Amino acid sequence: MARARADLPAGPASEPHQFPSAPGAGAPSRTPFGADQPQRVVAAHVGTVARAREIWEARELLVFLVRKELKVRYKNSFLGFLWSFLNPAMVLLIYFVMFRYILKNGISDFAVYLMCGLLPWNLFNTALLSSSGTLVAHAGIVKKVAFPREILALTQVGVATCYFFFQSCILVLFLVGFQVMPDWRYLPVMLLALVCDVVFTAALALALSALNVYLRDIEHLIQVVLVALFFAEPIVYTWSNLGSRLGKHGLVWLYLLNPLTTIVISFQRFIFAHVPGALERSCPAHVTCGVLATYPEGFYFELLGIVLAVSLVLFYLASVLFRRVEGNFAEEL
Amino acid sequence: MSTAIEIRQVSKRFRLYQEKYNSLKERLLHGGRVPHHDFWALRDIDVDVFEGETVGILGRNGCGKSTLLKCVAGILKPTSGEIRLRGSLAAMLELGAGFQPELSGRDNIYLNASLLGMPTREIDRRFDEIVAFAELEEFIDNEVRFYSSGMYVRLGFAVAVNADPHILLVDEVLAVGDERFQQKCMQRIHEFQRDGRTIVVVSHAADLMRQLCNRVMVINAGQLVTVAPPGEAIRAFREVLIDAGDALGPLGAGDALAEEAPRGNGAAPAEVVEPSPLPAPSPGRRVQLTASRLETATGREHVLPGEPATVVVEVEASERIEGVAFGCSVWGRNGSLIFDFDSGTPVTLERGRSTLRFHFAAVPLLDGSYAVNVRVQDPGGGAVHARLEPAAQLLVENPGTSTGIVSMPLTVELAHEHQPGDVPA
Repeated sequence: MARARADLPAGPASEPHQFPSAPGAGAPSRTPFGADQPQRVVAAHVGTVARAREIWEARELLVFLVRKELKVRYKNSFLGFLWSFLNPAMVLLIYFVMFRYILKNGISDFAVYLMCGLLPWNLFNTALLSSSGTLVAHAGIVKKVAFPREILALTQVGVATCYFFFQSCILVLFLVGFQVMPDWRYLPVMLLALVCDVVFTAALALALSALNVYLRDIEHLIQVVLVALFFAEPIVYTWSNLGSRLGKHGLVWLYLLNPLTTIVISFQRFIFAHVPGALERSCPAHVTCGVLATYPEGFYFELLGIVLAVSLVLFYLASVLFRRVEGNFAEEL
Repeated sequence: MSTAIEIRQVSKRFRLYQEKYNSLKERLLHGGRVPHHDFWALRDIDVDVFEGETVGILGRNGCGKSTLLKCVAGILKPTSGEIRLRGSLAAMLELGAGFQPELSGRDNIYLNASLLGMPTREIDRRFDEIVAFAELEEFIDNEVRFYSSGMYVRLGFAVAVNADPHILLVDEVLAVGDERFQQKCMQRIHEFQRDGRTIVVVSHAADLMRQLCNRVMVINAGQLVTVAPPGEAIRAFREVLIDAGDALGPLGAGDALAEEAPRGNGAAPAEVVEPSPLPAPSPGRRVQLTASRLETATGREHVLPGEPATVVVEVEASERIEGVAFGCSVWGRNGSLIFDFDSGTPVTLERGRSTLRFHFAAVPLLDGSYAVNVRVQDPGGGAVHARLEPAAQLLVENPGTSTGIVSMPLTVELAHEHQPGDVPA
């Protein structure tokens, strides 16, 4: 143990030590600067509350980083910001042609239906794809600047949320174009679903970004998993396609175990409910029949409540995991 | 005085891997275990830094000084122990870290300043000051990738010093830009000191430490050697270097310390500079210099500038030799000759043991470690009978602020000449 303090004589007392005469240096009468400030602790383990406060204090940084990402991503490309529309528009077009005309799923206003599911999915998908590699990509600042690193993962979620709103504009155009009126009673359901989507995504983004520092496979693995996961929710097919079949065996809960299913059907319930036949239970003549789950409003809230609670717990666990491993980020990168 | 930084029993362990297994396949192949060995970069560091104080950290490469700074900055988390900080903190570990080349200087100022924890309102308020400090008024809306490297670091420095921290951590970044900008940086650091802010600085430049710091920590192999006023700490650091064999070549004051010094220099002086070629040792070696030590007036191992010192050498002669003289030389860093002396007058060396004393009435040197070589020779620089190189290491500790090589006792006087028009104060 090497303990040394200034007030202990630091050498033989006879030595004529003179303090440097640099301006302002060594004058003990100077007013202390920052004496009134609270103490912060840097230690191996950081408390949840302390870290939450740090993140809250860095919220402006989050805004700057999101703005930076949006600015930089399409900088110096000819079409620039249009790409953020073109990319999902292309996906939409492919699925539309594929499922409407080739596989003939027979859902009327299928473009609108697709958009309902794609919007929350894209948020989840793009956020996870970009956040899993974000700490590695930003190694430069992780190694040299002190700030809550969670911000980097959350930035990607923020960016994805921004895209969500941009892409919602397309949906609005569709709604006008196809003359579909959302079911306004279900607006709160949709908004809650959006909150769930963001929290759930943020939880996974935090965990995956941290793990990817140690196991770079995560970045690639997640791409594969996301491709599979896309088909686990009724985005390109209908709720009844899978839900009713599982229902016969009492396995709907298995379907709803995926939080994204609940989120997606909530979006669809809000936007697509007024499309003719969407909510009918039995109408063999009608092709659009039974597109949506026919749960009552309260049930959606219950489901979403569970999803939100689970997401919050996951978020908490992810942040604990993040803090456990972040101590070594600077050396692992 | 209250503490700004309390470093309590801080240890930091790094895991060194022979090979880093970052992929799942490799992890599985090795059963989840990665061969590594532990390396303690810091061991039980325990220091208080007081408010308004400037503390330097000195150490050899890889001794853990930057690790300590990173722990204080919160970039690395200590493996055990904790660090308590009072007040906001800005770390200048790398200037312009996090600059986004595709963004304009303006956007980068906002981004970088907010990375350092500055609130937006504050950035708005100080924006013009930052730009003026960096001298980039013309280019502030250009993309940063078009900046020269000088402009880049200037902007980085300007943001960091305007972040208005209570505690500023500086790692080797004070030497940026041209000389004029460096002066500006130093002025800003001095302003920080006047404001009563706390500064922790890592640097190799001993002179900078001397001028800037109230105290200097010396770290060696992850452990705290001492925390002391600069003069003493710098001397302690030299001792560390000597122990490590890094500082065979004595270090002159005014030079950057040690780490850049080419290794193995110290053995060289005699071979390189000795004016007369070594005569073949006479058979049986009639004279031998067997032992030597340094005696100081105070009994310490080092002297202060201007203090006396004596090099005592034991001489053993196998026979009586007539007409010998004694020489002594003092060598500075990189084998530069500081001083050479020849006693001239021939004396007789009796058979058996004698003691030879080279008494320096004063050592007018500033800090550094100097090699003292002694020799027995023919008068007038003839054949050398025996030599001892080095006979002693003369360690000079400079407690003052003056820098350079030679200690010149100097006082300053100011006299005002009264002009007829002067109004008495």
